[in-house]
Amino acid sequence: MVVEQAQRSAATVATTDRFDLVLHALADPTRRDIVRLVLHQEYSVSSLARRYPMSFAAVQKHVAILERASLVTKQERGRERLVRGRIEAVRDVSRMFDQLESAWRDRLDRFGDVLADADPEPVGKNRTKTATPPKNTRSQGAKR
Amino acid sequence: MSVTDIRKDTDQLTMTIASEWDAPIDRVWQLWADPRKLERWWGPPTYPATVVEHDLQPGGRVTYFMTGPEGDRHDGWWRVISVDEPKRLDLQDGFADADGTPNDAMPTTMFTVIFDELGANRTAMTIETKFPSAEAMAQLTEMGMDEGMKAAMGQIDAVLTTP
Repeated sequence: MVVEQAQRSAATVATTDRFDLVLHALADPTRRDIVRLVLHQEYSVSSLARRYPMSFAAVQKHVAILERASLVTKQERGRERLVRGRIEAVRDVSRMFDQLESAWRDRLDRFGDVLADADPEPVGKNRTKTATPPKNTRSQGAKR
Repeated sequence: MSVTDIRKDTDQLTMTIASEWDAPIDRVWQLWADPRKLERWWGPPTYPATVVEHDLQPGGRVTYFMTGPEGDRHDGWWRVISVDEPKRLDLQDGFADADGTPNDAMPTTMFTVIFDELGANRTAMTIETKFPSAEAMAQLTEMGMDEGMKAAMGQIDAVLTTP
């Protein structure tokens, strides 16, 4: 399985490869929908196939892509193949947003520094200027 | 830190960051409109930005490059979609080759920045970042454009090695 592989060789293999798989998998609306469904409960591939206006083979292919990205697992039970979502993998996506968030927080930290630093230049419009001392914008260490 | 709210939408691939500043709206606007100010906050300290072209009007272009610790140079550009001074900016942000030619192989991000005057000396600034696709987002994240990203990647490494 991809996860085990990734875990074993995480030190050497670029972890971003796995990210690629996850994001490629989630880039498709049908696949996102499947993930949402199977996070709540198991579905057989055939019951999933009935929900979408596409062939069984097409749905099977979507499931395979999700499986390769470790977003879902597939388990044989009798004649059925049951699909279940893996919440951990979904969390990876939100983790990626977290990276983006921290990058923007840093950027806005600097924004605040420049703003506080900028000479209180004459503002074009007629505004009663309340004399503001340079504000210390770093109030809390909101770094996570 | 004056970030007041961050909303992430993994379906729409948007992130919206709301912030408030103790400064008049025109001064907040100037941090985008004045290239010398812009370059002071756009790039992280380890990748300082240098703004080359700065034509902040609809259809205009802003070009910049960031210089890395090894002297490595990363070129970027904005395409200015619309400008409503000092209330709103719509920008497309992308990568460029060293000569400033937009690199079409790399994904671009759409930014909408909305400025709101809350008082004579208080301004709200909301930035919405929208990725064209999840792949694009991954690609951008991998670029390690910001130092925070590298650190975060290290964390993911740690997560993956933890059984």
